[in-house]
Parts: sequence; structure tokens; C-alpha cells
Amino acid sequence: MSDVNSPMAPATLSAPVVLEARNVIKTYGHVTALAGVDFELRAGEILAVVGDNGAGKSTLIKALTGALHPTSGEILLDGIPVHFKGPLDARHAGIETVYQDLAMAPALDIASNLFLGRELRAPGILGSVFRRLDKKRMRQEAQRAMSDLKFRLPSIDNAVEALSGGQRQGVAVARAALFARKLVIMDEPTAALGVRETGQVLELIRSIRERGLAVVLISHNMPNVFDIADRIHIMRLGRRAAVVTPKTHSMNDVVAIMTGAATA
Amino acid sequence: MSTVIPSSPDRKASLKARIFGTPSVGPFLVLLAFCIIFALTNPRFLATHNLSIILQQTVIIGVLAIGQTLVILTAGIDLAVGAICVLGTIIAGKMVNLGYDPVLSMGFAILVCTAAGLSAGSLISALKLPPFIVTLGILGILTAALRLISSGGAFAVRDPFLAWTGNTMKLGGFVLTYGVLIMFLLYGVVWYLLNETKWGRHVYAIGNNPEAARLVGIPVRRHLLSVYLGAGLIYGIGAWLALGRIPNADPNAMQTANLDSITAVVIGGTSLFGGRGGLIGTLIGALIVGVLRNGLTLAGIDPLWQDLVTGILVIVAVALDQMSRRKN
Ligand SMILES: Nc1ncnc2c1ncn2[C@@H]1O[C@H](COP(=O)(O)OP(=O)(O)OP(=O)(O)O)[C@@H](O)[C@H]1O
Ligand SMILES: [Mg+2]
Repeated sequence: MSDVNSPMAPATLSAPVVLEARNVIKTYGHVTALAGVDFELRAGEILAVVGDNGAGKSTLIKALTGALHPTSGEILLDGIPVHFKGPLDARHAGIETVYQDLAMAPALDIASNLFLGRELRAPGILGSVFRRLDKKRMRQEAQRAMSDLKFRLPSIDNAVEALSGGQRQGVAVARAALFARKLVIMDEPTAALGVRETGQVLELIRSIRERGLAVVLISHNMPNVFDIADRIHIMRLGRRAAVVTPKTHSMNDVVAIMTGAATA
Repeated sequence: MSTVIPSSPDRKASLKARIFGTPSVGPFLVLLAFCIIFALTNPRFLATHNLSIILQQTVIIGVLAIGQTLVILTAGIDLAVGAICVLGTIIAGKMVNLGYDPVLSMGFAILVCTAAGLSAGSLISALKLPPFIVTLGILGILTAALRLISSGGAFAVRDPFLAWTGNTMKLGGFVLTYGVLIMFLLYGVVWYLLNETKWGRHVYAIGNNPEAARLVGIPVRRHLLSVYLGAGLIYGIGAWLALGRIPNADPNAMQTANLDSITAVVIGGTSLFGGRGGLIGTLIGALIVGVLRNGLTLAGIDPLWQDLVTGILVIVAVALDQMSRRKN
């Protein structure tokens, strides 16, 4: 079945599977987006998902995060079958997603965006009766989250729209890192970023792994993938064509598998 | 606050940015400019008596503009604001004149206004119809309904409870009606909701980026519904304040409420694109509209010209907003 034909870093190999998909099929009328795909994410690893346009990467991710319902197949979180009704269910289960369009309110400040939908209320009757937000604590925790990730920002009070593309991406990643309890999924987080900013975001992804979370990274950028991924899940025609590691395979090998010119 | 945060250079910089970046500074300067012009051209303008009158004249537009602000912050617009308010005055007036208990009548009228807001909200959130069309439709329906209910004409409403908000108290030379105090109270309460609670945060988030709001788990439709419901409730309270000002229920009243309330909101710095602005600006905006109408009246200028100037003002304000958005 899975063609992991190479020795891997022992830590990753022995780590338990956090998120798993078995034979997931998704069809839209006559279009088969996922043709029975398997997926396996291990604790503490960065797993890149690569594949040609239309290979089914985004569909797979959406199926994993409850953003769509698979036609058939099974999804397991920590070995237990789950049925997410929507993205919120996945969030409650400890899965955070960084969407390609970032899902931020540009006019609100950084702390407000980090806590959007999960605002903290003041302690005591101020919070329980008067529903008062604990802005000070949200600000402090936002500051802490950004410095934990070693991500520098001009000021936490800035509106998100005043940030550069890379800084915004950083805030989106920090939000995921702040709330994720198990894993973070990112859909092309470095698309449209410059070299320096891409480097910053990759650094952020590494620090998320350092905190013990698993990361799924969808990317078209092969050098980035080889720079950062522990394993590479290659999609082709709605299936998993192979899972390889950057140590055992070259970029050319991966591209060949992606396009069907070779098998793993 | 019990603890004091030591001010870091970072925090100082942001304080400076806050003062100059505050959207209410611009409107405040406009208000000041109008006051100076009117004060220089007419000595009566600055008399406490006249300033009291300006406040009293601002009450209704000021209150309606609170609801309008909430709606515009969600990137909507409410063209039924005056019609819903007039509906409240007609229902309360009609019921009292039929001999019903005044408190019950006013309560029922406010309830109907709230329901009107709720139905606008339902059409907008559930059927995803544009707010502009829904509220325009409601305006048309209510305009006809109001004529039918009131059999076409205005009628006097003489009841101490309905007129209660027109009672006055003195405050150092100023004569304030209870209506003025209720207006400030409403501004305080809604300001708190907008700025200090999750509900307010989510109003901004929805106006800013509804898709992001949905993805982070905000129940966008339910939230929109609560906004229009709240706006309806505020228009209902506005009806009570209107009866306190003029003990008269008139189906043809408040023809300029749309223009005035939208102008107040937009001059106050709230963006028609949603998600930016706030209530302090709206209060200043409402005062600008009030000062303008008062100053022009004092100068003996025909009310028609007041509408003309207000119209120009709203267009200039929107143009400025659009230009500043394009710059970003
Ligand atoms: N809502 C939809 N309705 C019909 N077909 C769809 C839908 N979503 C995806 N598909 C199809 O499913 C297939 C897989 O799409 P998917 O978006 O998962 O690809 P992808 O690997 O993410 O591609 P890309 O690299 O371009 O983002 C494509 O053929 C696409 O046309
Ligand atoms: Mg995709």
C-alpha cells in the first residue's frame, strides 16, 4: 500500500499517527476529486503535501478539516473515527487551519484578529454579567504568542491592514499556533511572499514543530518543501502516489512521481 | 484599573498613533469649524439657550443614527429608519387615543419597531438579499401602511407619559430634556457594546470580512439578525423621544431621516464599506447635522437649503472615505 520505502528519522518513524484518512473518495457529479486517498500525519512532523494543479490537495485538506463531507471513506483523529460537521468541529478537536486568504479582519488590530471568535472575557461580574472583554489579557497573550514564535512585529496594536504580506501571514500562523492543540494545516502559506518573508514564515513553521505540534503544509514551492518537510505526501489524480523524504529523494524524483513519469 | 502598565516606547508610539489615527478627530474639527462660522456670523448662536435647543433638535437624528451606525458597520444600510420610527409614533399615538394604557401602548409600539427591524434582518441574513433593497422595500410598504393606519393625516397625541421625554431639567444654564439624557445614555450603552464586548467585535469583523468571520466560527447570520433587531429597538425608543418633542403623530414626518442619519454616520467617519468607524464619530456627526440646521435657520435660510447642504456634506464625506480607502 503505502510506498514508504526508505529509512526515516527514528523520532518520526516511531511517533504515533495523529490524523489519518483511509480510502477517502469525493466526487462532484462526474468529477472525481479524491479517488480513494490515504493520508497519515505523525505527531511532531512537518508533512508537505505536493501535487499538480487539480491533483486533489485542497479537497483532501477540506475533507480533513470538515470544510466538506467526503462521499465515502474514514477519517481518524488519534485513531478514533471522527465526523466533523464543519470547520468549527475540527477547531474544537485541536486542529487549526491557515487558509490561503488568511481569514482576517483587516481593520481590526493584531490581538483582536488572533482572538477573533475566541475572545477572552474579563474575570468576575464584569465578564459574566457585563460581558466585558479582557483586552489587556488578550493583548498580553498576543504579545507572548508572537515572541514565543520569535516573530517580530512593529506593534501589536497595529491594524492587520497596516502589515506587510509576510507579517500578516505571520499573524495567521501565530493564531493557528496559539490555539492548535494537535496540528496545524496550512494551504500555501508562502505563495505571493518575497524571499525574506518566505524565510520568516518557514521559521515560524519550524517553531510550531518545536512546540510539539504536527504540521501539514500544502505547497507548490519545491525548494521550500525540501527545506522544511520531514516527509512529503505526493498526490496524483486524487490518490496518494507516494510518501517520500527529502533525504532519500531528489526534487526531480518528486516531480517525476507527481507527473506520473516515475513511481516511488 | 488596579495595575499600571509601564509605558514602553512602543506603547507611547501607539498612543500617538491612536490620537492622530482616531477617526473622530476629523469630524470634531468639522464640528468646531461650523460652530466658529455660525458663532462669528450670529451672536445668538452660542447662547446657552440656543445650544440647549441644538441638543434637543439633535436627539431624534442622534438616536436614529445609533441604529444606522450598527447597520452600516456590518456593511449594510438602513433606508427604513425614519419610516420605522414614524410607525412607532403612529401606533403609540393611535392606541393612547383609543384609550389604551400609555405605557402598554408605547411598549407595544417599540415592540413593533423591533419586529420591523427583525424582519429586515431576516430577509437580509436568511435570504441574503442586499440591505439596500430590503430596507427600501420596507420603506415603501411602511409609507403606504402608515397612511392607511392614520387615515392619511397627522393627529395630536396628548398624554403625559408619551410626552415625558420632553420634560426638562436645568443644568447650569442649559435646559436639557429627558430625551437628551436618554440619547446620551443610549450612546453610552451601545458604545460599550461595540467596544467592550465580543458582540461588538463581531459586528466589526462581519463588516470587515464576512468570510473570515464565518471561518473563525462567528454565527454570521444570527449576528446580523441581532444587529437589525437592535436597530429596530433603537428606532422604537426614537419614536418615544419624537413624541416627547412634538406631541403629534404624522405619517409624513421624518422625510429627511434617511439623509440625516446616514449623513451623521458617514461624516462621523464610519465607512459605508463596513467594519470601520464608531459611535463617537456618529454623535459628532449628528451634532454637525444639528448645528448646521440650527445655524442656517438662525440665519433665516429656507429649510430647503439645509437639505441641499446636508446632501453635499454626505457626498463629500463618502468621497473622502472612498479616497482614503483607495490609498490603502
Ligand atoms: N466544488 C467543486 N466542484 C466540482 N469540481 C471540483 C470542486 N472542487 C474541486 N473540484 C475538482 O476536483 C479536482 C481536485 O481539485 P483540488 O482543488 O483539490 O486540486 P488541488 O490539488 O488543490 O489543485 P491546485 O494546486 O490548483 O490548488 C479538480 O479536478 C477540481 O476541478
Ligand atoms: Mg488547491
